[in-house]
Amino acid sequence: MLQRLLPILLLCCAGAVAAAPMGFDEARHLLNRTSFAANVGDIEAFAKLTRAQAVDQLLGWTAGTVATPAPGWINTYESPRRLRGASDEERKAFQRAQAGKGVELRGWWLTEMLTTRSPLTEKMVLFWHNHFVSSLQKVRSPVLMYRQQQVLRKNALGYFGDMLHEVAKDPAMVIYLDSASNRKGKPNENFAREVMELFTLGEGSYGEQDVKEAARAFTGWSIEPETGEFLFRRPAHDDGVKTVLGRSGNFDGDDVLDILLAQPQTAEFIVSKLWREFVSPQPEPAEVKRIARLFRDNRYNIKVALRALLLSDAFYAPQNRAALVKSPLDLIVGTLRQFRFETGEVAPFLVAARQLGQDMFAPPNVKGWPGGEAWINSATLLARKQLLERLFRAQEMRQPPPMREAAATPVAQQDAGPRARFVRAMMDIHFDADQWLAQFKPGDPRLLKVVLAAEPAAPGDDQAQGVVRLRDLVLDPVYQLK
Amino acid sequence: MQRRQFLTAAGAAAVTAWLPQSARAATAGRYENLLILVELKGGNDGLNTVVPYADAEYYSLRPRIGIAREQVLQLDGSAGLHPSLQPLMALWQKRELAVLQGVGYPAANLSHFRSIEIWDTASKSDEYLSEGWLTRAFATAPVPRSFAADGVVVGSNDKGPLAGGGTRALALTNTEQFRREARLAGGEGVSRNPALAHILKVERDVTQAAAHLGDGVVLRCEFPNHALGNAFKTAAQVVASKAGIAAVKVTHNGYDTHGGQQATQQRLLKELAEGLVAMRAAMQEIGRWDSTLMVTYCEFGRRPRENQSGGTDHGTANAHFALGGRVRGGLYGLPPALTRLDGNGNLPVALDFRDVYATALERWWGVSAVNALNGRFTPVNFLQA
Repeated sequence: MLQRLLPILLLCCAGAVAAAPMGFDEARHLLNRTSFAANVGDIEAFAKLTRAQAVDQLLGWTAGTVATPAPGWINTYESPRRLRGASDEERKAFQRAQAGKGVELRGWWLTEMLTTRSPLTEKMVLFWHNHFVSSLQKVRSPVLMYRQQQVLRKNALGYFGDMLHEVAKDPAMVIYLDSASNRKGKPNENFAREVMELFTLGEGSYGEQDVKEAARAFTGWSIEPETGEFLFRRPAHDDGVKTVLGRSGNFDGDDVLDILLAQPQTAEFIVSKLWREFVSPQPEPAEVKRIARLFRDNRYNIKVALRALLLSDAFYAPQNRAALVKSPLDLIVGTLRQFRFETGEVAPFLVAARQLGQDMFAPPNVKGWPGGEAWINSATLLARKQLLERLFRAQEMRQPPPMREAAATPVAQQDAGPRARFVRAMMDIHFDADQWLAQFKPGDPRLLKVVLAAEPAAPGDDQAQGVVRLRDLVLDPVYQLK
Repeated sequence: MQRRQFLTAAGAAAVTAWLPQSARAATAGRYENLLILVELKGGNDGLNTVVPYADAEYYSLRPRIGIAREQVLQLDGSAGLHPSLQPLMALWQKRELAVLQGVGYPAANLSHFRSIEIWDTASKSDEYLSEGWLTRAFATAPVPRSFAADGVVVGSNDKGPLAGGGTRALALTNTEQFRREARLAGGEGVSRNPALAHILKVERDVTQAAAHLGDGVVLRCEFPNHALGNAFKTAAQVVASKAGIAAVKVTHNGYDTHGGQQATQQRLLKELAEGLVAMRAAMQEIGRWDSTLMVTYCEFGRRPRENQSGGTDHGTANAHFALGGRVRGGLYGLPPALTRLDGNGNLPVALDFRDVYATALERWWGVSAVNALNGRFTPVNFLQA
């Protein structure tokens, strides 16, 4: 795709010759951080662009629509009310159907991540999913979780303030943070607290009294039980005077959100979080302040903040290369995309993502996945390596890996269960190692650079060839970094 | 050397010189005594766990979700356990269960994340520390290298009190699987890149632990069939291996009961009691119950007044349990002072959580608590001498 676009790109950008082309290494770094993994063809194409041209190009591609067809049931809200008076059997059937839809929903998103022309879009949707957290575990409605993602998707590179107002009234959020039971006289503080602590200001920038007062302003925000749409219940709303962060008035929820958006701390909090996602684990305070100011001056335009981050010197600084740990989805989607694996059923990769600690649509709690080094402990690191080994070994042997469980299990039981499905899915996977490696001449230094973000930590076998060599590289600890 | 550092060093030396010989020897740490921390993630509602059933104020604060007097498992004339905790009554009668009431810290923070950080790092409310309290304890008095690891975390990806520093902490879900997969860890090399250094350290810890784990006895005892039961089973298998483990953290999820609390807590406490009792049986089977101390903890208790959703919001002081063959059973701390709630409607603290930690450090392990807890705290007398 890039090769075809490149001549046009170069023409468009002919005026901006002042800055030098970014070169292979910077292009690799930029693409690796903003997509799940970078192909050698894309890297070569971007290497010829300046940093600004490259970043603008990536941001320009983010406007597209979702190519993967959504599940058929997304417009049919299943009200839990229909379970009133239902038998135990009917309840169980309903729960089974809901669980099945949950798997379909995750599969839909993973398929989009695997096939999209704009991986940055999906990375940003995932970023906001991990910021404005809701979980299927509590919301229990795949339809509402799908709708919430549409809100995040629409605003993922739009205006943060718009997204905040929309998410606050999003039915999945209303359920997840108990807004529906926040009523005049008996407030539930859950949303009011988290909107300050996790969505805007960050911990320490507000007091307990602010939480209490804000909770009063959000009273009455609820959902219509039959349709699952947002509903403002006026009788449940407390219309007295509230004082939030030093300002007093007869505030409603939207007023409180505007008060939060008016705090410079909100822009700094969001920029710091974007920094940890894209640049390094340690935000630089002066740079954060500079970019946060730009962000706020541009009505919280997310593209402006992201562009500034991706053009900052810190982004390209040597000490920040290979400084971030790949998330489970970075690892899974990146590996499948980078080596052009052809896959059948995606469900087993959803299971893998969950085992590695990133169950889509179900972050562990309202703070989201902590990320960074927390992704890696003895259990998850071994699970990562096990997955990689299977992917590359299955390829080498053209048959499923020998598995103790399979050998010890009677044949009749082998067809059922996630493990058997995983084995079958591994058989469906096709990766043409010879063709992939044919992109590189023998001894081509680009091979190492494309696969690893830094020099390998383990020396490995120099003589190893083909898929064996690739397996050595992906099992190197450095492959876990981006 | 700066003056302040000098004073600290000189002070420490003076204290060491002053201590009797036996106390100095004890700083090696009696890590043959096992500590199992059980995290009730989300903030268990202590008031419905250890119920002040004789206090009329309790029922007026909780007209819908209060536990009726006749359902409570009475411990004494004023405190009783939630009916789901029936399995623990046998331990109570054997005086192996200490009930700690009013556990918390001054100037409580009501955020899940900040408050559990305070508990995990044993910091003051306004103090930010990066290392867990066990990590600091193990830095003061190292766990023998012959141990499989310093600590094991089961059922969570969060190392909590074992976070940071040079602690050898393993996260495990299943011991068999761990041994099979450990060959994938290399564990050689060092790096100045902090992320890479972290991964290399995890690989080294895996390699070392795998060499020790799994040579233990096969446990006959049955564990309940739920996530917590499985976590305790894994923990028991680790403990049963020949090489030692100083600390285990087991996490039980789901205690953030803002709505519909009754059914949820009923299930959770039942699972908890079943898990604790199964763990006791397993430790008895391998002759370790007298060298095992289990302690529950979580970020905070919940607000005394129930909310509109049949649940409870974030609170402060909480009830916790300490169990073990050498625990001195009984009630510690103070009953909840429901008529002395603070401005947010929350309970006053009767027992600092760091007093509980100091008990584990000084009385159980014989390790100085000053470094680990960033100050001096008073052990609670819930262990036999």
